[in-house]
Amino acid sequence: MKATSTKVVASAVTALALVAASCGASDDAADAPAEDAPAEVAAEAPADEPAEPAEEVAEPIKIGIVAPSAENDLAWTQSMVDSVNRVAEGRDVEVAVSGGLFVVQDAAAAIRGYAEDGFDLVIAHGTQFGAPLQEIADDFPEVSFALGTSTDFFGKDNIYAYSVEAGEGGYVNGVMAAQLTQSNVIGVVGPVPAGDAKLYIDGFVAGAEAQNPDVEVNVNYIDSFGDVLLASEAAKAFVESGADVLTGTAQMVVGATGIAAEEGVPWFGTQSNQTDLGTDIVVASQVYHWEVVLNTILDQIAGGKLGGEAVVISLSNAGLEMEFNDSYALDAGIKASGVATIAGLSDGSITVPSSE
Amino acid sequence: MGDFFTVSVLVATLASGIRLATPFLLAGLGETIGQRSGVLNLGVEGVMLLGAFSAYYITLETGSAVYGILGAIVVGLLIGLAYAFITLIMQAQQGISGIGIYLFGLGFTDLLFQKNVGTPKPIRGLGEVNIPLLSDIPKVGEIFFQHSLPVYFAFALVPLVWFMINKTTFGLNIRAVGETPEAADTLGVSVNRTRLATILIGSTMASLAGAALALEVGIFQQNLTSGQGFIAIALVYFGAWRSYGVMLGALLFGIVQATVLQLKTLGIVEGANSSLLAMAPAVLTIVVLAIVSRRVAAPGALTRPFDRAA
Repeated sequence: MKATSTKVVASAVTALALVAASCGASDDAADAPAEDAPAEVAAEAPADEPAEPAEEVAEPIKIGIVAPSAENDLAWTQSMVDSVNRVAEGRDVEVAVSGGLFVVQDAAAAIRGYAEDGFDLVIAHGTQFGAPLQEIADDFPEVSFALGTSTDFFGKDNIYAYSVEAGEGGYVNGVMAAQLTQSNVIGVVGPVPAGDAKLYIDGFVAGAEAQNPDVEVNVNYIDSFGDVLLASEAAKAFVESGADVLTGTAQMVVGATGIAAEEGVPWFGTQSNQTDLGTDIVVASQVYHWEVVLNTILDQIAGGKLGGEAVVISLSNAGLEMEFNDSYALDAGIKASGVATIAGLSDGSITVPSSE
Repeated sequence: MGDFFTVSVLVATLASGIRLATPFLLAGLGETIGQRSGVLNLGVEGVMLLGAFSAYYITLETGSAVYGILGAIVVGLLIGLAYAFITLIMQAQQGISGIGIYLFGLGFTDLLFQKNVGTPKPIRGLGEVNIPLLSDIPKVGEIFFQHSLPVYFAFALVPLVWFMINKTTFGLNIRAVGETPEAADTLGVSVNRTRLATILIGSTMASLAGAALALEVGIFQQNLTSGQGFIAIALVYFGAWRSYGVMLGALLFGIVQATVLQLKTLGIVEGANSSLLAMAPAVLTIVVLAIVSRRVAAPGALTRPFDRAA
């Protein structure tokens, strides 16, 4: 009897541990659909108070974001969270974020949770969420969903696809990197050859080679979005093999920027402004401004259109922005060539060769 | 392919392999001690995460990696106490309890990171320590004697763990309670006390493995360990519950990883072949595990709780 009781207690303790873990693991996910979830951004949103009491008080647009990495990863997820926060400055929106959902099934549960809780727009911020989203969207025809990066909205009237011409910023960075390198060897650390990572890297290689045909750009896709140690070792291998300029994309690059900072090697960033990862070494970052996508989608939702369209951000529509690190002493000539390349890409006089 | 077989690349690859092997080795040695006493801890990954975060956060706040390591040791001991309470006192099923510890570590470190740090902030790690004279030996010095302290510590532990398990009374007790706890109990060996000690050692070493990782890369982010704790557990089986076997497995895994990395860095392997090659360490581990499992038996009482009253 005693043994049985003990085992029951043990099971309860274990169950509690599991519950506690679940609460922590998907901190935002668990809270997301709850009433207090949108408070953080909602508090920052301007109160668009009507001039006089309206008969009907307009409800704020509720946006739920489901993303694979932390909301302040200085990369993929943060690019969307920052954009939504900027949109919130000009619109009456409430936002909840479920970051860190790298397991697709967990993300699917969060997407469904937002839809069930009456969110107006649910953003599945990861190509890998496309498969479950197709099924979930059918169950909630009144809810608008957005999937990125993707150009495919699966023929559904309530799914928007959004993507980014990441190769443009990659091209600009490549042009500048090719002028910074003394050894003519540049290293690139990528996750997997897909999505915006591949677009960025292909653009970077094209820009570097266009600027200096003698430059050798070595790309290492480490086959992981999260293995920081592997990214660190990849960067170290590049430096040891003569690379004197580095770049990379995805959230594991924090390992590579550590090596760049340690070795004093210039770094070019993408997705978010990565200056905080190394004020002495980050030259410039391509920053995603998803607010172009968000404003387009929100305008269309207001007009009754819940999906069925793909939206792309680029330098020409201000969805992409190149941010230079003022603390890095970049040669004025190199910066000027970067600015000229931005202008060329924006007006169409320069085009990025299409990826394979 | 000829680019790979140059002395400088081979030296860099081996040095990289040793660095990559270190977290596996530290965590694997700790788990070996635990499993030899009959305790399986599937929560190694979670403890590594907790150790990594505590070392990172304390270093970030104090500027001292030494304090960070001390913090990781304390955290490892605390988690070890919790795990011992769950499995020894409450006699919960070890596998499920370990998974609970893993999930707790994964979620709790993410929560703490989001609330206390926010945006990733680089820290200054331990840096390399060149061993006097030895580090000056051409090539050999670069491979073996130009690493950070955790690397030396991990490899120095291998003979110490072997000695402790095979040549000390405590080691004899560990083996006894891991094989036939009832017999050990009859001979006056406290099974739970012995297992408590091995759990605390294992948990502390897993925490140190996480700390070594965070201090090596100089940053923390969600799920920093990326499954390394689970690989460490696999390496215990790979190494047939022997410290030198675990070291061999960790080195093999690390060097294969480093080789793949170098082949891709040098552009020798590209595209789909590159992705296939990335699976090499895992495939190798599975193959060796399949071979080892047929030849070596696990500790007889592994995962079996001991209840004196039963």
